[in-house]
Amino acid sequence: MTGFGSFFMQLIRDVWTQKLRTFLTAFGIVWGTVAVSLLLAFGQGLYIHQTKSFAGLGDRIVIAWPSRTSLPFEGLGKGRRIRLDESDINFLKAQLPAIKAISSEYAQELQVRYGDRTRSVDISGITPVFSIMRNLIPTEGGRFINPVDMEKRRRVVFVGNEIAEDLFGESDPIGQTLFIHGSPFQVVGVLMAKDQDSSYSGRDHSMMFIPGSTYRALTGQRYINLFIFKAATPDLNAALTEEVTAALGGRKRFDPADTQAVQVWDTTEMFVFLDAFMLGFNVFLGLMGVLTLVVGGIGVSNIMNVVVEERTREIGIKMALGARSQVILSQFMLETMVLTGVGGAIGLGISYGLCSIFPHFGLDEFLGNPVLEPQTAFLTAGLLGIVGFLAGFFPARDAARLDPVIAMKV
Amino acid sequence: MNWALPKRRTVAPTSNGHIIQMQSIRKVYDTGKIQVEALRGIDFEVGRGEFVAVVGPSGSGKSTLLNLLGCLDTPSGGEYLLGGEAVAGLDKDRLADVRNRRVGFVFQNFNLLAQLTALENVEMPMLFGRIGRKERRQRATEGLEKVGLGDRTHHRPTELSGGQMQRVAIARALAMEPDILLADEPTGNLDTGSGTDVLSLLEELWKQGSTLVVVTHDTALSRRAQRVVEIRDGLIVNDQRIQPDRK
Ligand SMILES: Nc1ncnc2c1ncn2[C@@H]1O[C@H](COP(=O)(O)OP(=O)(O)O)[C@@H](O)[C@H]1O
Ligand SMILES: [Mg+2]
Repeated sequence: MTGFGSFFMQLIRDVWTQKLRTFLTAFGIVWGTVAVSLLLAFGQGLYIHQTKSFAGLGDRIVIAWPSRTSLPFEGLGKGRRIRLDESDINFLKAQLPAIKAISSEYAQELQVRYGDRTRSVDISGITPVFSIMRNLIPTEGGRFINPVDMEKRRRVVFVGNEIAEDLFGESDPIGQTLFIHGSPFQVVGVLMAKDQDSSYSGRDHSMMFIPGSTYRALTGQRYINLFIFKAATPDLNAALTEEVTAALGGRKRFDPADTQAVQVWDTTEMFVFLDAFMLGFNVFLGLMGVLTLVVGGIGVSNIMNVVVEERTREIGIKMALGARSQVILSQFMLETMVLTGVGGAIGLGISYGLCSIFPHFGLDEFLGNPVLEPQTAFLTAGLLGIVGFLAGFFPARDAARLDPVIAMKV
Repeated sequence: MNWALPKRRTVAPTSNGHIIQMQSIRKVYDTGKIQVEALRGIDFEVGRGEFVAVVGPSGSGKSTLLNLLGCLDTPSGGEYLLGGEAVAGLDKDRLADVRNRRVGFVFQNFNLLAQLTALENVEMPMLFGRIGRKERRQRATEGLEKVGLGDRTHHRPTELSGGQMQRVAIARALAMEPDILLADEPTGNLDTGSGTDVLSLLEELWKQGSTLVVVTHDTALSRRAQRVVEIRDGLIVNDQRIQPDRK
């Protein structure tokens, strides 16, 4: 490519000699990129923030705990205590195909000892499916309670991250043995730290989880403290909850309308609100983004139009000197792409900068921190680039199609 | 003959040695409301090494003819052979190549690119002709020396006088060693002194072997030509050989 060097030098000079319009074009792209990418970044940040803290409790589950009846039923007085055990959970599982996952949970505070450290810890006896339902993800090298643990009533424990740090300090807890209620348990996993803004017993990071079967053997407790379940999709949870209440009412003889006998907390309701809010918010952001892009695009294309008009004479001269139209076109295209590339890069730089200083303003508790995902950034810059490209291409192509004399007369 | 053929390419020989052959060339400008018939059947030939002045009143069609000769515009009818090759059948890219290699064009208003130096302006056609950077630079420098601007290579057009700009334009037109140099009122925008300089330069080029067709109002210029062609209302009304050969 003998010509490329000077081709490029000429480009630089062309851009330089037309400072104002270069500045305007670049400014349009910078502005558009910053506006769109920041909008999307804040939306994404807010969404992640909200979802993360909500989902700390679990992935759209229903939590149910047996309590006392509040209505008389078939001659039985109110205030009667309802107790459930594992067979009731199995009954529900067999009876209601709409249940996608269900797990019992036994809970009580027990003494835990490791070396010379002793703590009172909320111990939960659970089943393997609890991990997915409640977002209990092990850190690397560890695992959650598994079906074999359940079946063999193994003395294994999954430990919350904060209590793990408290007990084990710097050393790796996995494989260590600690004592729960006097019995040795082997640590098989540690909870990966997570945001959690709601709970029904302590926060997961300070709890320990052992197989339900082991729990029953260890404590002699027969009745469950609560159970959690979910339907195939979150929108089916409400209907499923009614089915569960009715099924238990039939089995335990309480009024299906009695909401106190087995109390429920459908966490989906939180998500319904969040999802509606986020949907509205995202539609708003999307519209703003599209509008900004359109405005930015129109700006860029107007400028390119003016540029080509201004330079039609130059195009004519070059054609008179024997430039093929494709040479002229590629010069314009390269110019536009350099401009949009530089503008987009500056815009993204500004956006990244703003995103990175935002946490210092202390608003993250409400808004979360803006997250500028690379895809978003490139999409924004790319779209503006395409707009700029097309905006430069068509008028330049038209100019290059003219006869040189006509172009020169413009 | 005492001059050398262009180095890198041979012109397709024509039976009679003519570089330019035009037959019944017509040009109609369609302005929407009215059609202007600028050329109404031109028969015109130029032989190798000729110096032709095209004269005639304003609006008679001189520029139109020259633009057609330089392939800057396309005729509405007739036949045009440039170096023995029919121009009518060429596509846009081939036409661009013809403009690049076969003809050099000098305009009344110079048409230099303002953002480029004199040297870069002269290099421009060689850039389009894909000549390597080193050779380009060297030939452009030599070209500027030849027109007496060896000390102005890095000046922008705005830093040059009219006569100097026109000499840069001539160097640019010659850069690709064209078969023919076309100039449309090259002294039209110049004062008498600069005009005379440019005239002497054109005459010098002719003496060194260039073929020239120059449109002019300037009797000083037409008197130096070898042959004067007069156009009126889109027709050649007079074609006169006033000097038999180079002095
Ligand atoms: N682009 C054009 N559109 C319409 N008419 C034109 C155009 N160019 C030239 N003409 C007309 O064609 C005729 C010849 O013009 P031109 O060749 O420029 O004459 P000259 O160079 O001899 O003064 C004139 O009548 C002029 O008005
Ligand atoms: Mg004219």
